[in-house]
Amino acid sequence: MTRDQFSKIAYNGLWKQNTALAQLLGLCPLLAVSTNIVNGVMLALATILVMAMSNLAIAALRNLIPHEIRIPVFILIVAALVTVVDLLFNAQLHELYVVLGIFIPLIVTNCIVLARVEAFAAKNPPLDSTIDGIFMGFGLLWVLALLGGLRELLGNGMLFGGIDMVFPALSPIRILPESYPGFLLALLPPGAFILLGCLIAWKNWMDARAAERARRKPPVAGEATAEAGA
Amino acid sequence: MFAPAPFLLKDASVSQVMTQVCLALIPGIAVYAWLVGPAILVQLAIASFTALLAEAAILRLRDKPLALFLSDGSAVVTAWLIALTFPPLAPWWLVATGTLFAIVVAKHLYGGLGQNPFNPAMVAFAVCIVAFPALMSQWPSIGLKLPLLDQLNIIFGLAPRVDALSGATPLDAMKTALKLGEGQVNVAHLLENQDIYGNFAGRGWEWVTGAYLLGGLWLWQRKLITWHAPLAFLAAMVLISGGLWLYRPESFASPLFHLLSGGAMLGAFFIITDPVSGCTTPRGKLIFGFGAGLLAYIVRVFGGYPDGVAFAVLLMNLSAPLIDRLTQPRIFGMKEGRP
Repeated sequence: MTRDQFSKIAYNGLWKQNTALAQLLGLCPLLAVSTNIVNGVMLALATILVMAMSNLAIAALRNLIPHEIRIPVFILIVAALVTVVDLLFNAQLHELYVVLGIFIPLIVTNCIVLARVEAFAAKNPPLDSTIDGIFMGFGLLWVLALLGGLRELLGNGMLFGGIDMVFPALSPIRILPESYPGFLLALLPPGAFILLGCLIAWKNWMDARAAERARRKPPVAGEATAEAGA
Repeated sequence: MFAPAPFLLKDASVSQVMTQVCLALIPGIAVYAWLVGPAILVQLAIASFTALLAEAAILRLRDKPLALFLSDGSAVVTAWLIALTFPPLAPWWLVATGTLFAIVVAKHLYGGLGQNPFNPAMVAFAVCIVAFPALMSQWPSIGLKLPLLDQLNIIFGLAPRVDALSGATPLDAMKTALKLGEGQVNVAHLLENQDIYGNFAGRGWEWVTGAYLLGGLWLWQRKLITWHAPLAFLAAMVLISGGLWLYRPESFASPLFHLLSGGAMLGAFFIITDPVSGCTTPRGKLIFGFGAGLLAYIVRVFGGYPDGVAFAVLLMNLSAPLIDRLTQPRIFGMKEGRP
């Protein structure tokens, strides 16, 4: 795989086709667990694990799976891998497992996983597919971390709530003063929807600005930079 | 839509309409200020200032003409409605947060004046009562009128918030008493013996709602609002509260109590008559008002929040486009049915 391909996959996963901000897939776990950074990041890590492994497995088996029944086969493979991750969380991070609850098993039905398996892993070699799964997962991770951070900061003025469930030595950081009254709405589902809407608007605004800048630049200079980049 | 002659109508501009709505609110504000002191005027000022500031900032961001939209007065009406529905001794940032949310999220993110599907003032109320339930239900006890300086100190957080300052609204107090009493408490007995109740409803508050009614009737007389939505709203409230009251007078308050409590009159004449987020067809307005009245009663009596007008209005706002579609008036010369 060339560097060009790699950076294209990475850019797609992290920004252009970001699962949360562009494809709007998997909104149910996205909105339900993004009440703080720790929950969001840990669920995203679980999703990354599942996506990397399932993309690898399915890309390796892609020529053996009959086209007509590919979806059930994909789901079976994903379900087996999710069970592994589920048991792993239960054994290693039990407190967090209780908090995340149903959303770890629900990764099976998460559209992000199935979408990447169907759209990418079923058509590409294993290495590309694994990298695609990892970067799609990291795209989800930074959005979940940002959304979770904004929600807990606005909601109760703290960051890293529940970090002691992952690293017992650490404790949450209070950013805003003790007298901050707390904006409960940010912690409730409507707050998640509103903030996600703001993040999507921000991404669209950034894209529009970048497109505007590219349009203004003379085409020759654009080509020159593309070559330099390659 | 066709109306009988005369067809020559004065074309009222937005700012003229909004000025008259503000004028119609003045009797209510006057009684309110006489009742709880100048705090409400301070809140009105905070809300208006925040609204104009937010409006100016977002108009700049959107590259819209500042002077035209700032002077149309719609932001001020929203701000006044917010200040009037919030507790008068609430901290300054509560009203400011509500107003900011109303102008930025509920109004401009949906496209600005004339585009908002929800009533901005009611969005502000709903957001704040969900986010700060404790602060939003601290209403000052009537009769305890503090001097201006003390009220300012409380609003701007320079003096501690004392419990004696705050009580539940008459509606809330009745709901709590009935719930705690478990059938042993009698509504008539409550109304007679508790200090917060006056002749018809909450002591003092009944005159504020009466003054809103006066302002609303003036708006109707000036033909700025039609009779449909307010009448349907009040009728729905009378029907459901009257029915339950006749069925069991000891555990449900009379229709008069409900009409003169909480946001009933403000809602009926100033909020559900919003031409943007409400219905526009005559039959649609009737349905809209009736639904809002019914829901407001259900939320305020059986729900967990002090009053139900805000949630009722937001729910009806959601259904307004559908109601409008289904109630298109017959076009002259066409058969009833599909428009």
